[in-house]
Formats: sequence, structure tokens, C-alpha cells
Amino acid sequence: MLLIEPTLIQQRIDDLQDQDLYIHLEMTTGAYAAHLDSTKHPAATFISNATLRYIHGSISGEGPYRVGLKTEKGWVYSEGLTHYEETEQERLILAGHDTQGKLVVALQLSKEPF
Amino acid sequence: MDNNKKTTFSLIPADSRILVVLPHPDDEAFSLSGTLAKHIAQGGQVTYACLTLGEMGRNMGIPPFTNRIGLPTIRKGELEKSAEAIGIQDLRMLGFHDKTIEFEVKEVLDGTIYDLIVELKPSLIVTFSPGYSVHPDHDATGAAVVRAVERLPQSERPLLHTMAFSKNCYAELGQPDIENDVSDFLENKMKSIQAHRSQFQAVEMLGQNKLKDKEIKERFGKERFWTHSV
Repeated sequence: MLLIEPTLIQQRIDDLQDQDLYIHLEMTTGAYAAHLDSTKHPAATFISNATLRYIHGSISGEGPYRVGLKTEKGWVYSEGLTHYEETEQERLILAGHDTQGKLVVALQLSKEPF
Repeated sequence: MDNNKKTTFSLIPADSRILVVLPHPDDEAFSLSGTLAKHIAQGGQVTYACLTLGEMGRNMGIPPFTNRIGLPTIRKGELEKSAEAIGIQDLRMLGFHDKTIEFEVKEVLDGTIYDLIVELKPSLIVTFSPGYSVHPDHDATGAAVVRAVERLPQSERPLLHTMAFSKNCYAELGQPDIENDVSDFLENKMKSIQAHRSQFQAVEMLGQNKLKDKEIKERFGKERFWTHSV
């Protein structure tokens, strides 16, 4: 994974626009969040291999970054993204890692199921 | 009052129209409602274009009295109640989705605001200062308003006042050059704030009987803006 380069990611978002895709979208505060700090509210959610087609998308912010994908009937939104997978040519793999390196958020798009 | 500061009311005709463009119900309450109430009391017109219904808000009462499904309807009602408390004659809900303003197709967003300006011919537009307003929706709204105004020929552009509250806003923008005394309109202002019941639980403690309190007057009696050159 490399630190997000917004111009490059915008190009990848544009390339995947108006196509039938699979999305993996995830956010977690970690399974041990409340165990380590009782004031923390543990929360996690993911949706994997849902189908998605977006008509417009963009990345914004100064880092960590935000991505918004506009669909025919709604939106996909993800905030806190820091890294992308540079070895992936077809798929867009974005993630947000905290200062300890732990994954907090993930946004992945692919033409094939994950 | 600082003699170097101007007031909104010295800059526009009393019977002219102010167009307010903000992304969320409640964005008007703390920083702007007194100014609007005063302009209206002096015979002015106000259109408030609120871009979203704040449907992604996290406050839903303690304990929660609504949910993701119900929140937009609740906040729409709160917005209408706030507008009524201020006396706003024309409230427009533009139907954009909360948290998405920065991602909207620019032609759609800018065009919607531009069409409003052409229709209403306001003397003044009030919005957030792009880059100094913390929430991405605030910054994106301000930026869209600036782009829309700049589409007009220079001679037809209304005045633009902005609100800002980022940590660096004073260092970067200097002190606000507009300061309005709204201490005679605190009843409208408190009712506007209290209308947003789902968002501001604490303000319910500020009862009407406390309106004359010196502390409240000092905290809420002045509203400040930056002139944004366009």
C-alpha cells in the first residue's frame, strides 16, 4: 500500500464510472475498542460484494481523503482514506489506517467479486 | 462598537433581499438568525436556500426519539419552525444529500445556485467562507456560491458575506469587517436555535426568561461576517 495520490485515484475513479461493479465497504473501530478504553463505543460494519454502478465520483480533502460516488438513486461515501494498493491494475483498493497502522475504513471496487 | 466595522444594514437597502445559501438545517441559527430577523423587521426580504436536510446528522435526542429514516422529516420540520421564528418569507429546500456537496456534479450545484441568484436578484448573499468553515459541506457550499456569483458580470454581482469558524480563520482572514448588533432580536434568535430540538439539546435549558441575562446578550447579541470580494 502507498499513501494516496489524489490525482491518480481520481483517474481510477473516472475509469470505473458507468460500469457494473462489486463494492466492499467497511468501517471498524476494532473489536477491542471498548476492552482497551471503556469510553469507546465499539462499532464495525461491512458490506461485501454488493453490486454498484455509479454515475459520478470524486476524491477530495487534504488527507485523510474522502470519496463520494453518486449513483442513480443515492450515494456511497467514505471518509478517512489514507492508502491505496499500487499493485492492483483492475481493482481500486483504498483504505484508511490509523497511526498504529490499523485499518479503520476500506473502500474497494472491482469488476469481479472479491 | 468598533468604528472600523460596518453593519450589514448600512450596506444594502432596507427593503432589499438577502439570499442565504447554507447546507444544513441549523446552520443559520447561531451566527445569522438575528441579522435576518433584523433585516426582515426593517422591511427586508429573505430567501433561505438550504441545500440538504441534514439527513446524516448523528444527534437524535437522548434517548434517541428518531432514526436515520425519520431524521430528515424531523429536521425539515425544525427548519420550517426556525424560519418562522426568524420571519423568513421564502424557504427553499434544494434536495441535495447531506455530506455530498463536495462530490456533487459542479454544473448541477453551481447552476442551481446561479438560477436562484438570477431569479431573486438579491442585494446580499450570505454563505460559509470556502476553506475556513470546518465541515466539507460548508466549504463546498461557499465555494459553489462564489463560482455562481462569478458567472455574473461584475456590475451585477451582489455583495457576499461569509461566516467562518476554522481554527485559522482569524489568522488568515483577519477580524470580521461586518458586525451587527442583534440584541433586540434575541427572542427570534433563541426560538430559531430552540427550533432545532434534535440537534441542540443543551439550548433547551436557555429559557425565554433568561433572554435578558447579560451573559446571553454578550454571547448572542453580536453577529459577525467577512466581506468576500467577488
